[in-house]
Amino acid sequence: MKPEFYRTFGFLFWTGVAAIATAAFLVVTFERPGTTEVQMGFRGTAMEVVYNNRNLDRIQARNIVPAAIEPADPEGPRASEVFENVQVLGHLSVEQFNRIMQAMSEWIYPNENPAESCNGCHVPGNFAAEDIYTKHVARRMLQMVHTINSSFANHVQNTGVTCYTCHRGQAVPAAVWSQAPSNAPASRMWQVAGEQNRPVAATGYATLPSDPFTPYLLRDEPIRHQSETARERNNNASIIQTEWIYGLMMHMSTSLGVNCTFCHNSRSFASWETSTPQRVTAWHGIRMVRAINNDYIEPLRERFPPHRLGPLGDTLKVNCTTCHQGVYRPLYGAPMLSDYPELNPPPRRAEAASQPARN
Amino acid sequence: MAMLTFEAKYRVRGGTLVGGNLFDFWVGPFYVGFFGVTTFFFTLVGVSLILYGAAIGGTWNPWLINIAPPDLSYGLRLAPLREGGLWQLITVCALGAFLSWAFRQAEIARKLGMGMHIPWAYGMAVFAYFTLVVIRPVLLGAWGHGFPYGIWSHLDWVSNVGYQFLHFHYNPAHMIAVTFFFTTTLALSLHASLVLAAINPKKGEPVKTPEHENTFYRDFIGYSIGTLGIHRLGLFIALSAGFWSAVCIVISGPFWTRGWPEWWNWWLQLPIWN
Repeated sequence: MKPEFYRTFGFLFWTGVAAIATAAFLVVTFERPGTTEVQMGFRGTAMEVVYNNRNLDRIQARNIVPAAIEPADPEGPRASEVFENVQVLGHLSVEQFNRIMQAMSEWIYPNENPAESCNGCHVPGNFAAEDIYTKHVARRMLQMVHTINSSFANHVQNTGVTCYTCHRGQAVPAAVWSQAPSNAPASRMWQVAGEQNRPVAATGYATLPSDPFTPYLLRDEPIRHQSETARERNNNASIIQTEWIYGLMMHMSTSLGVNCTFCHNSRSFASWETSTPQRVTAWHGIRMVRAINNDYIEPLRERFPPHRLGPLGDTLKVNCTTCHQGVYRPLYGAPMLSDYPELNPPPRRAEAASQPARN
Repeated sequence: MAMLTFEAKYRVRGGTLVGGNLFDFWVGPFYVGFFGVTTFFFTLVGVSLILYGAAIGGTWNPWLINIAPPDLSYGLRLAPLREGGLWQLITVCALGAFLSWAFRQAEIARKLGMGMHIPWAYGMAVFAYFTLVVIRPVLLGAWGHGFPYGIWSHLDWVSNVGYQFLHFHYNPAHMIAVTFFFTTTLALSLHASLVLAAINPKKGEPVKTPEHENTFYRDFIGYSIGTLGIHRLGLFIALSAGFWSAVCIVISGPFWTRGWPEWWNWWLQLPIWN
């Protein structure tokens, strides 16, 4: 055949190959259309949460509440009167106490494995014994749940939390954080975040610092560096500080399955006047997470065996994902606590908490 | 109005796309044509509607006048005038005026025996606008996804749409578009400085020729694209900037709903290092 034919054929062939390869790449890396948007601000401000329906289906499938155990009779003898060594839940009736113990084993140690279920925390045959570290942890976690449900209504509202909000059938909740070894050598030339350039899900895979948790969710460093007026003189915040904040905000957005405009009108991130009410809830949430990490989890450091600690020896702490898991209201706001009144604080503290919240 | 000396040469009959000889006339120095009439009509109606919107909008501060699209709840239906309907009518007028203008350019190009470079180039900007206010809203299912007409309000919209995807600088098409925009300005500044240098020689020296310009760039960067080539290159990179801008916004939402940094996971997950 004529060489002209080969040239034409070769051109068409390779063009076809390139077109198919490009199409395959686009199909694999992008999402198929089919979206749902929720308007968050005045029309035309583009304050919207944007979901692809397929992602939404996946996330909904991951956030299903297990069927509640049949309610228990709150009357009858108290658990503290019948059982030995009941320190936190002694105010419950025996029936309630057994019910919440059963629920906890299903939420935290759902397996029939001999080292799990009740035996995850209790010495077989001697439930009063204190030999297993998880029992101490569980007791502290119950107190934490009481505190969250009584003192942090401005974040958890009336929905409250249960063990399942975080644990979801796992002894250690799926999303926890600990400090990570530095990724970059310190430089005299420029400021470097020790954990820069390590794309992780917790900060939305950006090259922003991947541990914004230590400064903001463990320590209480200020999370506002943006000037509120043009050319503010005394704002000495560095780019790296703003990147840490950006990292935290990426974390909050991806944890809740929302974007920046869920809380902010980005024309001025700092302005409360143009922000949505959700920002107030988030503000209280940051304080709640700090309290959880500092008052409840980090003090248990000595209790945990090494395999339950991070690579630098600190505890596995909570951040927004621990509860939210991709949903702006954990478990889509299912009122699980109302099914488990056992997890409300003992009456005396409940009265104190029923007073109007301070906000 | 007196004609300029070269104007007679350009006042050529014919070449119209629509209307034959009916609108083939000039008003002063301006060619009218069928599309001149439609441009004028849509502009008049559109600007009047904008003024009406401003009048009922509560401010005459030119920075703050805002004509916003409807709420998302209206979907792809018509909205009441004061709740986004004005925006919809103004969008129709704007597209009518922009497209008429492109066709008028095409008629003028036909009269002068030129190529269609100018209407196509202008058409790229219209295409980007059309993408913003028609293609993307239709793909997402609501006119409310269009941008509001106002100096500050449209900037707020741009900012918020960016932050809907957490970090817009990770949008691959945005990267390409930004690169083309910067390249356009770089090429324009290189070209302009070369031309200005060539036509403003030292006192007493003759104006430099294209051969001189070519030699300068061959010395400078080893290559000269030439006097014709630089304009072809300029057209390509400028239009590419507009084209990829349209791509970068149309993929944001319809084809990607998460943070843009996450899109790059395909790179992190390549089996080479993962």
